[in-house]
Amino acid sequence: MTNSRLTYREAVREALREALARDKRVFLMGEDVNRYGGAYACSLGLPAEFGDERVRDAPLSESAFVGAGIGAALGGMRPIVEIMTINFSLLALDQIVNSAATLRHMSGGQFSVPIVIRMATGAGRQLAAQHSHSLEGWYGHIPGIRVLAPATVADARRMLWPALEDPDPVIIMEHATLYNDEDELPADGDMSVDITKAATRRQGSDVTVIAHSACVKKALNAAEMLVGEGIDCEVIDLRILRPLDDETIIASVRKTHRAVVVDEAWRSGSLAAEISSRITEQAFYDLDAPVERVCGAEVPIPYPKHLEQAALPQPQSIAAAVRKAMRR
Amino acid sequence: MTDAELSDLVARSLYAVAPDIEGEPIDPNKSFRAQFEIDSIDFLNFVISLHQATGVEILERDYPDLQTLSGAVAFLRQRLP
Amino acid sequence: MIEFKMPSLGADMEAATLVEWFKQPGDRVERGDIIALVETQKGAIEIEVFNEGVIGEQRVQPGRKVPVGTVLATILSPAKEPPSRPAATTTEAIEPKAPERRVSIGETPALAAPPRLRITPAARRRSADLGISPERLSPGPDGIIGLEQVPSGVEREPGLERAPRSRGAGLDLDEMRKAIGAAMVRSHRDIPHYWVVHAIDATPVFEWLEKQNALRPIERRLLYVAPLMRAVALAMKQVPELNGHYEEGVFRPSPAVHMGLATALRGGGLIAPAIRDADSKSVDELMSAIADLVPRARLGRLRSSEMTDGTVTLSNLGEGNADSVFPLIYPPQVAIVGCGAATLRPWIAGDVVAVRRVVHVTLGGDHRVSHGRHAAQFLTRLSELLAHPEAL
Repeated sequence: MTNSRLTYREAVREALREALARDKRVFLMGEDVNRYGGAYACSLGLPAEFGDERVRDAPLSESAFVGAGIGAALGGMRPIVEIMTINFSLLALDQIVNSAATLRHMSGGQFSVPIVIRMATGAGRQLAAQHSHSLEGWYGHIPGIRVLAPATVADARRMLWPALEDPDPVIIMEHATLYNDEDELPADGDMSVDITKAATRRQGSDVTVIAHSACVKKALNAAEMLVGEGIDCEVIDLRILRPLDDETIIASVRKTHRAVVVDEAWRSGSLAAEISSRITEQAFYDLDAPVERVCGAEVPIPYPKHLEQAALPQPQSIAAAVRKAMRR
Repeated sequence: MTDAELSDLVARSLYAVAPDIEGEPIDPNKSFRAQFEIDSIDFLNFVISLHQATGVEILERDYPDLQTLSGAVAFLRQRLP
Repeated sequence: MIEFKMPSLGADMEAATLVEWFKQPGDRVERGDIIALVETQKGAIEIEVFNEGVIGEQRVQPGRKVPVGTVLATILSPAKEPPSRPAATTTEAIEPKAPERRVSIGETPALAAPPRLRITPAARRRSADLGISPERLSPGPDGIIGLEQVPSGVEREPGLERAPRSRGAGLDLDEMRKAIGAAMVRSHRDIPHYWVVHAIDATPVFEWLEKQNALRPIERRLLYVAPLMRAVALAMKQVPELNGHYEEGVFRPSPAVHMGLATALRGGGLIAPAIRDADSKSVDELMSAIADLVPRARLGRLRSSEMTDGTVTLSNLGEGNADSVFPLIYPPQVAIVGCGAATLRPWIAGDVVAVRRVVHVTLGGDHRVSHGRHAAQFLTRLSELLAHPEAL
């Protein structure tokens, strides 16, 4: 078996290529996905391979093209809709929340909406407050949809196909700072992946650090920093933001007795709040410290680099929260 | 009294003055001092306890005979009516 | 109203666990009454009260480990404190609580709710699993009891706890060794020690003891340590620079000699409980005091005053084979007397060499308070006293 080295961006592209090749019902639609190759160049080269019908540029109207995607899904297609950033997806919230997520339930199960919506999220690229937010938690609030957050090249490569196989809407959150990450993948290995389970990225015994997306790397960095202090962190990559994999989280906290939740989003009403709450509900008697949260500063993400970085969880702030949980 | 009863009585006297060693097995031929760090105060209290339990008069010059369990049993067997 | 606080029972004590109350709210107490039992690194200590009055409220419940200085109970002065009038002290004035009630026997005063234990859920559950009352656990530096503060299950397995070598009922010898270690580090670091040794012919003492004991019923027999302690106490009276406490740069000589007796515990602990007023006790009284004190020390049943009152310590290695000892002073004391074994040696008596029972006595002193001359005065006086044991 040979390994191939590829970036997260290339992994997304390979996944799109595989999906387009495997299922004639699959098509990609979004702003600039055809002629420009996608805002993050994920679909570069695909129009030549699969034609303009299956890699379609959409007008600057998220509500319209997400709605069109939902209609196509209802009509038997398997659309992949790309939204340039999560901030813009707010324009399509009505379609996603009021249509995609509800139709199965409102039709008594007669209709399903097998759409996949991909969007770039997060800060760290100096794109300022209208292109940088982490609103994944909002989608995590909505019943009727599945929300995926691939944090690794492998997950970026593998999650799209099972998402397309899901008969209900799936949203894939791609953190914009991850596109240039590189990793080795088996070129012809097993591409299947379970899109219901979180992944333990580092085994540890003292504290469970729960993160997703770009914060997983930061949590792993923090864990390495803490090795020298004799603190052994377990790092869990949520991978699935809805429905949350409580089992993996709770089992880990039962083992370590301490939890730190890392979330780039704002603290108030966040996914981190939800996870913290579930830990308290399900593992209260196993806790040896209050659950700590490391979240983004509660400001619109600033443009200047130093302020932007200061507004985000960093390995240092994660390490500090771990020490606090350890009462050090 | 049989030797077994005497042995029991000696052990009880020793445990009474040094309750912190209560229940520990006693080597009959090894001195209490070597086994249990019994010092002169413990020993005096032990001798007093033996005297009170048996009525046997014990002089200072008898002390060397009472340093072990077997010695104390032999001493009491000889002195008891 | 008097706040009765957890006393410091030695330089090395930081906290102790209240085991039992002997006096209840409403009980009258007098100076010297034992009102509670606490457990320290040095075993269970009975705590005495130094004021007269009536127990008000007990603020600490049995089983709780609290730092030195924590208010354990309040003692009301019944004569002076009329009912239902707030006390006048400033601390009282700012406390937003109901006026002090006069309590009488049989009437339970309203107890303030004890502060809720700050213990993590996991620590609470583990301590329950192990059958340890959480109140007995001492919190970490942040005041919280976490898993780290609960002994791991393995250490508490009953089989191990009852292992035959773990001697010293009620005593944690490892903890005690730690405490002794801390006190000795402090002694060695802070006290500029000097030592003076003097060889003393103790033959008269042994001859006198033999004669005495031959005449005495067994219960009244004396051990060598009793006349020795009597002589040391009397000699100490002559040299006030060796007897007292040195604290915060000030030496306070003690009018009485409260003699700490270094007592080895089986299994390795060491403790030096004090016999009060050793200088005004007869040899017989000292003998009874020692016979009472040593077994209690080994059982970990001492009183608070016995832990703190010592003004000088006697360390007697008389039963071993060591010739002499150079002991470290137990702070805040300023001197320690170390006696080697009393062994037969050649000795110049007048013009002839005789075989005598000789003991090497070392006086360890604190140079901030005394000098070699004081030590020499003490040792000379001790030698004179031991030459005439019948006069002791």
